[in-house]
Amino acid sequence: MRIPLSEEVVKLKPSGIRKFFDIVHEMKDAISLGVGEPDFDTPWHIRDEGIYSLEKGKTIYTSNSGLLQLRQEISKYLERKYNVSYDPTSEMLITVGGSEGIDVGLRAMLNPGDEVLIPQPSYVSYEPCTIIAGGKPVIIELKAENEFRLTAQELIDAITDKTRVLILPFPNNPTGAIMEESDLLAIAKVCVEKDIFVMSDEIYAELTYKGKHVSIASLPGMKERTILINGFSKAYAMTGWRLGYACGPKEVISQMTKIHQFCIMCAPTTSQYAAIEAIKNGDDDIAGMREAYNQRRRFLLNAFKEMGLECFEPYGAFYVFPCIKEFGMTSDEFATRFLEEEKVAAVPGTAFGDCGEGFLRISYAYSLDHLKTAMERLARFVEKLRKEQGR
Amino acid sequence: MRDKILNVIEKNSRIDIKELAVLLGYDEIDVANELKAMEEEGIICGYHTLIDWDKTSIEKVSAIIEVKVTPQRGQGFDNIAERIYKYPEVNAVYLISGGFDLLVSLEGKTLKEVSLFVSDKLSTLETVISTSTHFVLKKYKDHGTIIGAKKVDERETITL
Repeated sequence: MRIPLSEEVVKLKPSGIRKFFDIVHEMKDAISLGVGEPDFDTPWHIRDEGIYSLEKGKTIYTSNSGLLQLRQEISKYLERKYNVSYDPTSEMLITVGGSEGIDVGLRAMLNPGDEVLIPQPSYVSYEPCTIIAGGKPVIIELKAENEFRLTAQELIDAITDKTRVLILPFPNNPTGAIMEESDLLAIAKVCVEKDIFVMSDEIYAELTYKGKHVSIASLPGMKERTILINGFSKAYAMTGWRLGYACGPKEVISQMTKIHQFCIMCAPTTSQYAAIEAIKNGDDDIAGMREAYNQRRRFLLNAFKEMGLECFEPYGAFYVFPCIKEFGMTSDEFATRFLEEEKVAAVPGTAFGDCGEGFLRISYAYSLDHLKTAMERLARFVEKLRKEQGR
Repeated sequence: MRDKILNVIEKNSRIDIKELAVLLGYDEIDVANELKAMEEEGIICGYHTLIDWDKTSIEKVSAIIEVKVTPQRGQGFDNIAERIYKYPEVNAVYLISGGFDLLVSLEGKTLKEVSLFVSDKLSTLETVISTSTHFVLKKYKDHGTIIGAKKVDERETITL
């Protein structure tokens, strides 16, 4: 028998994150710092709207682009929060999570050999999605001394005449880095000058702890060259509802809608009804969760400080990215020993790109009590390693 | 600063000042001063513990009583409310709008004890016109906390 397999797909590396968690599930007493989804339940009034839509028999498809009412509400929200306005009828597509937007967007924009600039460390799907879309990923290695922000010079150095799209993953998973307005203005200038399109993945936009999140689409000359990706998973703790959206110039959105209608048809109807409630009446929920995350973020940074572990202050998402270079081992070795000896799972920075070497991703989508236990174990582990090294 | 402190300690009054300062990003000394000031100003009225008595061997019965009263000239409801809240078995007294005037929350050892309190002490107060007693059968949620609910982390392994 001949099993047909795509060589391109077979060649894709599986994500390095899974490995550790499979172990955690088997190991008794092991705790995790690895989960990248909110520990909160979806606020009840949002769940209630989903249930109500089912009771009313809203169990049918929506239009391919998604419920018009939802698109209208998203349009108002983006205007209100980020000062950028999109036409709900032609410049917006409701997707199955932000991740579908990334995939469909790249497939709609790329031709064979087109280069996509991917700053790393970053979310694991940009590279494989680029390859599946026939593009060529070009990695920009972000640096700890820049707080893992993308600089204009790094961007310029990576651009060739084949560059089509820059992926802008901020607030960032796994580093927690953000890009402030001045950082973005410098990037926007290069993009306009060099005629580069941007795919801005702003799924963590609401989880920003220093000033307000700025969308690059709101900067002069950028709306017409940006695909804005966002969604409900992180802001409203709605990961399981699988709902996101993509906004951008109608030329691209209409092609994305074509792929979406053939592959997906439409995003889940129940989720769309729940999302209308979320985006209309969810501001207080976001504020409450953001405050809780922010407290945990401060707690972790203080814990690192007390154990003398180097970490830049991240202002976004729900991750911290401490440096473990002082122990002279790879991220993978550190994470493996940490799991074996202290029974705490954290993701090695290298799961998010080679330049994540020497770092560890720690998620704070956990209760404070959980984080306290984990930090006690980390402190003990760090002490032990230092003793081993005769310090 | 005050509302942030209050938001945290409303849920966790046992948190120590140092940790509270870390969580909120303030100086420890400022947090300590603010707490002290709020205690003195009567903003913070106490630090209580939420107990699920059903899980203990101690028997307790709670009741909520609607009370209709005749307000007194010059005193309104304050005088009668005071006469009621001075009983130690009374947990809470609220003046409320609607079909009756005072809502009294009460705790006793037995049904009989609570009943006797209502019939002997509460109903016999001069200004009390009528009472309606509701015994609590089960507490589902109290002070924002779901009783008996223990959250289990059900998040599965996923590539993120």
